[in-house]
Amino acid sequence: MGKTIQTLEHNLDIAEIRRQFPVLHQQVNDKPLVYLDNAATTQKPLAVIDAIKNYYQKDNANIHRGIHTLAERATADFEKTRDAVKAFIGAEHREEIIFTKGTTEGINLVAQTWGRAYLKEGDEILISGMEHHSNMVPWQMIAQEKKAIIKIIPINDAGELLMDEYEKLLNSRTKLVAVVHASNTLGSINPVKQIIQLAHRHGAIVLIDGAQSTSHLDITVSDWSADFFVFSGHKVYGPTGVGILYGKRALLEAMPPYQGGGEMIGEVRYDGFTWNELPYKFEAGTPNIADVIALKSALDFISVLGKQNIRTYENSLLQYACAKLKSLEGIRFIGTANDKVSILSFVFNDIHHQDLGIILDKEGIAIRTGHHCTQPLMGRLRITGTSRASFAVYNTMEEIDRLEAGLKKAIKLFR
Amino acid sequence: MNVSIDDIQKEIIEDFSIFDNWDDKYAYIIECGKKLKPLAPEYKTETNLVRGCQSQVWLHAEHKDGVVNFYADSDAIIVKGLISLLVRVLSGHTAEHVVKSDLYFIDKIGMQSHLSMTRSSGLSSMLKTMKVKALLFLEQEKAN
Ligand SMILES: Cc1ncc(COP(=O)(O)O)c(C=O)c1O
Repeated sequence: MGKTIQTLEHNLDIAEIRRQFPVLHQQVNDKPLVYLDNAATTQKPLAVIDAIKNYYQKDNANIHRGIHTLAERATADFEKTRDAVKAFIGAEHREEIIFTKGTTEGINLVAQTWGRAYLKEGDEILISGMEHHSNMVPWQMIAQEKKAIIKIIPINDAGELLMDEYEKLLNSRTKLVAVVHASNTLGSINPVKQIIQLAHRHGAIVLIDGAQSTSHLDITVSDWSADFFVFSGHKVYGPTGVGILYGKRALLEAMPPYQGGGEMIGEVRYDGFTWNELPYKFEAGTPNIADVIALKSALDFISVLGKQNIRTYENSLLQYACAKLKSLEGIRFIGTANDKVSILSFVFNDIHHQDLGIILDKEGIAIRTGHHCTQPLMGRLRITGTSRASFAVYNTMEEIDRLEAGLKKAIKLFR
Repeated sequence: MNVSIDDIQKEIIEDFSIFDNWDDKYAYIIECGKKLKPLAPEYKTETNLVRGCQSQVWLHAEHKDGVVNFYADSDAIIVKGLISLLVRVLSGHTAEHVVKSDLYFIDKIGMQSHLSMTRSSGLSSMLKTMKVKALLFLEQEKAN
């Protein structure tokens, strides 16, 4: 990962940013918490916590149907988030933004509606060798039902997609390509624009899993011409239980609805129903109003700091961590792609990742250990799991020093 | 065997009482893990595998001369140290005693968090599996 060393200034006041995250200021096992599990979920700034509290204290009402003041206020705030998301990911129309529970639900929605309507026996779905189970199993389920075939775009040992092999796999039977933008296990950033262009040449549509990229990288779905893009609120400093499915309007119009119920209908008779228009057609039932509203605060938080500043700063954290940990005896980095988000996976051949995780926790340091919901990728790399440190904008060089010290302590205990 | 499950638990609690920080405690557990005799390869089978999410644990049990003996192994050393304690406490007793045992020592030595980490450490499924195996022996005994 040599080439990406950034010398640009990031213009961020990290101490001030940290003050906005109450959870960071606590002792864990009598040590100041070092939270390096941001790829699993990020912590929440006060603005997000306050938005949730505010909603329940002042505005709580069911949306879209009421004519009273509270309902109007709640509806307006709810719909403001849709506009904020549209701008944040560079979409063209607000109707293209569907609220979901998260990345997983977004992918399942596409598999169960678009997949059910359009996949036929013998059709091919391409996914990459580094997908999260969430971007595999929904396709496996619908492929099984439709007798469609799933093919895997291979990766090299550094954790980069083999674009030549990808091109070779594309053909007239390819109906869908589903690829992760940034790998949660390796950090690799995939060239999504190029992936989409190539797929479109063969008439295939593309879903991009943006769970790990949306908090770090510029997202421009319309410029990429992405057909579907999904992400989770809780990985972009927002609440759990809310996520986004972006879909091109024409595709969403043509797809059947996902779940039936209130809100998604136009008219209901005893003998049938008509669908509501976009985006409501895909939002059956009372949505997660408070968390949707608070998601806007999270996106605002990112926008105020600036994606470029965040990227520059997180990159320097990643470089610093690589340089520090590199000298630990027996360490091997897993995922050494040229272009990476701030995720650092590593293994020691003589120390089990679970053991490392336990000792680091005793030191107040939270990392992730295991297969990170990418079991087939573990098989491809011939490992059973990794230890993963993942950095967010509130992490510091001092915390990486603590990680290094914690690892040294663990190594001494185990060897 | 005259030493009871209770006696061994008290012994272990006594052993751990000398540690006043977690470093020493874990160093001791790791030592126990390293000392546990590796399980013979023929026992590292799919059926002896105890489901845990992160580390693998194998458990083999034998019933001979009226007592149960456990043999176990893991690819992670802290879990291995902890299971060596379970093996030490529960081996050499009648199946009935194993089934009825109340393992309070885990709590007393401050390792209860490893029991609740069900999915990651597999320790609680390990404990359950030990009792289930003993229960099967007990039923065989009654059937004979
Ligand atoms: C790359 C990737 N895809 C999908 C998911 C699933 O996200 P969620 O659990 O929020 O639905 C994750 C979360 O870990 C992820 O990292």
